[in-house]
Amino acid sequence: MQLTAEREHYLNASYGLKSWLLTKDHKRIGLLYLFTITLFFFIGGAFATLIRLELLTPQGDLVSDDVYNRLFTMHAIAMIFFFMIPSIPAVLGNFFLPIMIGARDLAFPRINLLSWYLLVAGGAFALFAMIAGGVDTGWTFYTPYSTTYANGWVIATALGIFIAGFSSILTGLNFIVTVHRMRAPGMTWFRMPLFVWANYATSLIQILGTPVLAVTIVLLFVERVFHLGIFDPARGGDPVLFQHLFWFYSHPAVYIMVLPGMGVISEVISTFSRKPVFGYAFVAFSSVAIAVLGFLVWGHHLFVSTQSAFAGLVFSFLSYFVAIPSAIKVFNWTATLYKGSISFETPMLYAFGFIGLFTIGGLTGLFLAALGIDIHVTDTYFVVAHFHYVMVGGTIMAFLAGMHFWWPKITGRMYPEGWAKLSALIVFVGFNLTFFPQFILGYMGMPRRYHAYPPEFQVLNVLSTAGASVLAIGYLMPMVYFTWSLKYGKVAGANPWGATGLEWKTASPPPVHNFDETPIVTHDAYDYSTVHGEEIQVG
Amino acid sequence: MADHSHTETLDLRVQFDTAEQQKDCSTLGMWIFLITEVMFFGGMFAAYTIYRQFYPEVFAIASTSLNAKIGAFNTCVLLLSSFTMVMAVRAGQLGKQKAIVGWLILTLIFGGAFLGVKGIEWHEKFVEHHIPGQAEFHLEGLPQSEQGHAQIFFSLYFSMTGLHALHMVVGAGMLIWLLLEARKGTFSAKYYTPIDVGGLYWHFVDIIWIFLFPLLYLIDRHLKV
Repeated sequence: MQLTAEREHYLNASYGLKSWLLTKDHKRIGLLYLFTITLFFFIGGAFATLIRLELLTPQGDLVSDDVYNRLFTMHAIAMIFFFMIPSIPAVLGNFFLPIMIGARDLAFPRINLLSWYLLVAGGAFALFAMIAGGVDTGWTFYTPYSTTYANGWVIATALGIFIAGFSSILTGLNFIVTVHRMRAPGMTWFRMPLFVWANYATSLIQILGTPVLAVTIVLLFVERVFHLGIFDPARGGDPVLFQHLFWFYSHPAVYIMVLPGMGVISEVISTFSRKPVFGYAFVAFSSVAIAVLGFLVWGHHLFVSTQSAFAGLVFSFLSYFVAIPSAIKVFNWTATLYKGSISFETPMLYAFGFIGLFTIGGLTGLFLAALGIDIHVTDTYFVVAHFHYVMVGGTIMAFLAGMHFWWPKITGRMYPEGWAKLSALIVFVGFNLTFFPQFILGYMGMPRRYHAYPPEFQVLNVLSTAGASVLAIGYLMPMVYFTWSLKYGKVAGANPWGATGLEWKTASPPPVHNFDETPIVTHDAYDYSTVHGEEIQVG
Repeated sequence: MADHSHTETLDLRVQFDTAEQQKDCSTLGMWIFLITEVMFFGGMFAAYTIYRQFYPEVFAIASTSLNAKIGAFNTCVLLLSSFTMVMAVRAGQLGKQKAIVGWLILTLIFGGAFLGVKGIEWHEKFVEHHIPGQAEFHLEGLPQSEQGHAQIFFSLYFSMTGLHALHMVVGAGMLIWLLLEARKGTFSAKYYTPIDVGGLYWHFVDIIWIFLFPLLYLIDRHLKV
């Protein structure tokens, strides 16, 4: 083990606030994102806490209906636009994508820093709106309510999302150019780690989808401020057009949230079963397939919005189609485990959690893609449970898997394994206790977005609230022990997991320009013979 | 290859290995940005397509209230500005400092002229009460029941030309920055990438107008020849 304490790396190369706020280093920018999204995660979590407390009893006793509307809206906006969308790409992608392809940095470091400032600026608008009284339209901003009747801070919130959108677009642009033009010698497309493929596919959605959300917000803005009539039925405008434009982005946005997570899972599953990912090319292309198909299914959000039966049929069919690349991933991860040398470190526990929960989330998505069942469960807690299984059970599990997996590389310290395993268990139990009852509630007919409900639904709601408390503990624990480990954690070597990626071939934490010399890649991804060779040398 | 990092210069930033790689990245980056712009305007064009499909006659009548001659004149001005922009890029390739500045100034003048004419056109619409969302909105030649649909045409007219004008303003800001840099002597035959990618953006904004002009001004003109 190298113990040269004075070795210069990206954390100790310079000090002071200015060296962080003006940094062009993708690793530092990744950490800036980490602080920002963690803040929004806890803001969104605070709203969720209030929602679950209100739903503890059937009567609307803790908050009024109007306040409740604002709570669930702001919970979604904080979590979706300011936590989930930037989470894995902007933190882990930013930090590791250039290292994994052997580059010194992203192609446009200054644009990368600008992206972070845009997220902060957008976040500031959203935060202002939240403090000033919030917005009650739901995160979907459906017209004509949002343009004509809502009396909350629609414009400030929408502007915040608009600005944050450009952060997302520029990150995607940066990743695409970097992957195309900055790969190290020998790093061919089919030697790239699957995390890079997943982020590349995500970037495609970010650059193609986000601008449509931006223009939709522009139309919302002019409609609300100048009353132009574009979505006003009284003048022949069509509110459903807004829904089409909105979901053209916002359905693919689901894949912006989950695809990078799938990339993390591929890395973790391979590392902790000591095997190359089964069917590498299929897993790589399934990311791109999900990105492409994701643009063709937005109409399944409009099954009950005057969409023609024929369009409904087509969108239903295409929605089923997305299940194929998703299933390819799940089956290939499972096949990777087969006869693997499996070990159960924390990242692997989270990865197992991801596979199980994402599968439930995905399969219930098929229920919703079926025209008949969808009409029964539309706008019920079934939908709420479904997308929380995908986003919380999927994305956040994957984010935590990635955070634990790469924490030694980011900080040069190990987190405490025992505590981390315990937190993974608590998160898993708490999550299921929170959201599984909601499937049943939804199927029984409890509608979403109401602050009161009939008394017969109380037992399941109490279970759900209890689960949320457990989940909160599970999320707070990593905060504590990650911080603790910065000072007291065991010093990590360059490759504590015996993993294969280029990020494990450089020191922990990495030097400012990632490598001491440009790596030359001679092997496929996940070739464990390269790791064993090193181990023999060390011993 | 072993020498990992090098000192940073304008034409070779530290993250790149060669100047060609850097130029390549900048150009690819701008093309990808233009794809996002296509999607951005695409949302508006989609709205336009749908409403024109809904109300074809009203759109045709509302379209004739726009001044096609002024629109055509402005189209020419914009095409001319694209030509001068190309010449600025060419001057950059040849490293002719004074020519770069000259062509950029001309581009800026034509761009400004376009915006000025656009402003006059918008003003006319205010005088004629063709502003959607205002109580006194009235388009001549249409029954009261169709006035709402005409407002939709004008909402799209103002949103689309407004968004286009905003892109022109951003482009003008970019030209001014290029101009200041060019006067400092930043650009040479070795390093003129900003002019190159700036030109790509300018042409893109031009092309958007090439679509906007017939879609907004010329819907029903062919009947009157």
